[in-house]
Amino acid sequence: MAEQVLSCSGLTRDFGPFRAVDQVSLEIRTGSITGLIGPNGAGKSTLFDVLTGMLAPTAGTVRLNGQDVTGFTPEKLFAAGLGRSFQIPRPFARMSVLENVMLAPLAQIGERVSGPFLRRSAMRAQERAIRSRAMEVLDFVTLAPLADHPAGRVSGGQMKLLELARVLMGDPAVILLDEPAAGVNPTLTGILIEKIEELNRQGKTFVIIEHDMDFIMRHCDPVVALAGGRVVFQGTAEEAQANPVLLDAYLGAGTDA
Amino acid sequence: MIGVISYLVFFTTVASILAIAVLGLNLQWGNTGLFNGGVAAFFGAGAYGTLILGGTPQAGHLGGFGLFYPLAVLGGMAAAGVLAWIVGVATLRLRHDYLAISTFGVAVAFENVMRNAEALAGGAKGLRGFERPLRDALGDGFVYNIAFLLVVLVLLLATYLFLERLVGSPFGRLLRAIREDETAARSLGKSPARVRLTAFVTGAVIMGLAGALYGTFYAFVSPQDVLPTLTFQIWAMLIVGGAGNNRGAILGTFLIWGAWTASGWALSRFAPIEAQLYAGSIQYVLIGLVIVGMLLWRPQGLFPERLVVSQSGQG
Repeated sequence: MAEQVLSCSGLTRDFGPFRAVDQVSLEIRTGSITGLIGPNGAGKSTLFDVLTGMLAPTAGTVRLNGQDVTGFTPEKLFAAGLGRSFQIPRPFARMSVLENVMLAPLAQIGERVSGPFLRRSAMRAQERAIRSRAMEVLDFVTLAPLADHPAGRVSGGQMKLLELARVLMGDPAVILLDEPAAGVNPTLTGILIEKIEELNRQGKTFVIIEHDMDFIMRHCDPVVALAGGRVVFQGTAEEAQANPVLLDAYLGAGTDA
Repeated sequence: MIGVISYLVFFTTVASILAIAVLGLNLQWGNTGLFNGGVAAFFGAGAYGTLILGGTPQAGHLGGFGLFYPLAVLGGMAAAGVLAWIVGVATLRLRHDYLAISTFGVAVAFENVMRNAEALAGGAKGLRGFERPLRDALGDGFVYNIAFLLVVLVLLLATYLFLERLVGSPFGRLLRAIREDETAARSLGKSPARVRLTAFVTGAVIMGLAGALYGTFYAFVSPQDVLPTLTFQIWAMLIVGGAGNNRGAILGTFLIWGAWTASGWALSRFAPIEAQLYAGSIQYVLIGLVIVGMLLWRPQGLFPERLVVSQSGQG
């Protein structure tokens, strides 16, 4: 496996005259948990959108597993092993929690119109396998008791866990999480961190946007800071903590707390 | 007595035909969230297609190919499907209100083409010269109407079962996910464009089947049968019944068609003579009030969508 599972170089995204992401070059090491920090409006979520194909880059390239994936659609990137969650959770609200998760596996026989009519037994066998895997994943993120609830009715923190569960069903190598702990109560945050670390030990690579500095300093290495769309710092958590400029400018909360 | 039964047969036949169209709309709107404002065009394509393909030769306009009836129906359904495919490729990138406006425009254009293209569809006079199938064997009376009702009911049931199996499968799950949040669906590896087009065309083919049966029932179709009114009625049926629920769609059809028929009868009976001219408009007002009332107080319809956990893995 390549040393860098995900990388970008010169990645830029403009919105009219405004440059949201400015010449960002990053190399995400396989098996790492990279923390992405920066003030509001620094371009973190836009960077995620460009990396995952939701937004086309104005300039620059993205590589996944050594392959140039610049301009790939989100669906193609997910199939290639890049999964993500959203800052504001996007559950399929009027579907059950279980159905939300069962949706994610790729190449389902029953996703074609012919499936339920011409390939019924194969489809059912696959559905049984997907269902039991979905229950395992829900169990893993502690949502199994809510499997039959409408996804739009679970709490914000549970939606964050649900998004993680959905992404895990596709078994991507790299997972981008956008503020996984924002608005999540401490108990659920604890569970979430535990799950992320467990998955990381199993070999998954994470890039995590987070404002909770305690979270970043404890669990992320390396740490990347964005400001005004540019990378202003890259290094270990210790280096970030020792960096006075960074502390003053972006980690104010870290010094006070 | 026979008059009452005869009327009930007539009522049930028309309501069942409309129910098939409502089921088609339910696939598009209820399951997939595609706002089709041009139901009448796809219904009309089925009716015109069937009558042109299956009718007897007529002077002055296309058609009268005298095809074997089931083939004519399939041809009518195909006509609706092809129209939907063309419209779909052109407009399915549009969301909600924009899709509604453009499909509404398609239906208005369809009606106007039918009204003016005499060589194609008989123009404002409509299409005549269609012989109802098996008329020689069954005659033109009550027996025929009973037999035709049975055929319509079988096709309604078949459509219902087809859709139940379809939306209960992973394909249905995919439709709902795209309806709920297309961006999230894409982030999970799903391509909405293909799925939306498939649902749109399939729904339109079902509307085409309804149109084919409607044309057959009256052995006649004219631009008056494909007015925006029809789209409006079919939407009312789905909203009242419950978008996303196939049984609700069917029951909503019977309720609204019943209310429509009853209000028409009551107005013609009890409205003062000088108001008779406007009675039709009052019917629209009433149905409009029903829709508004439903959307205000019970937007999920009388029979809301059930929270399905895809059934296909359980058996």
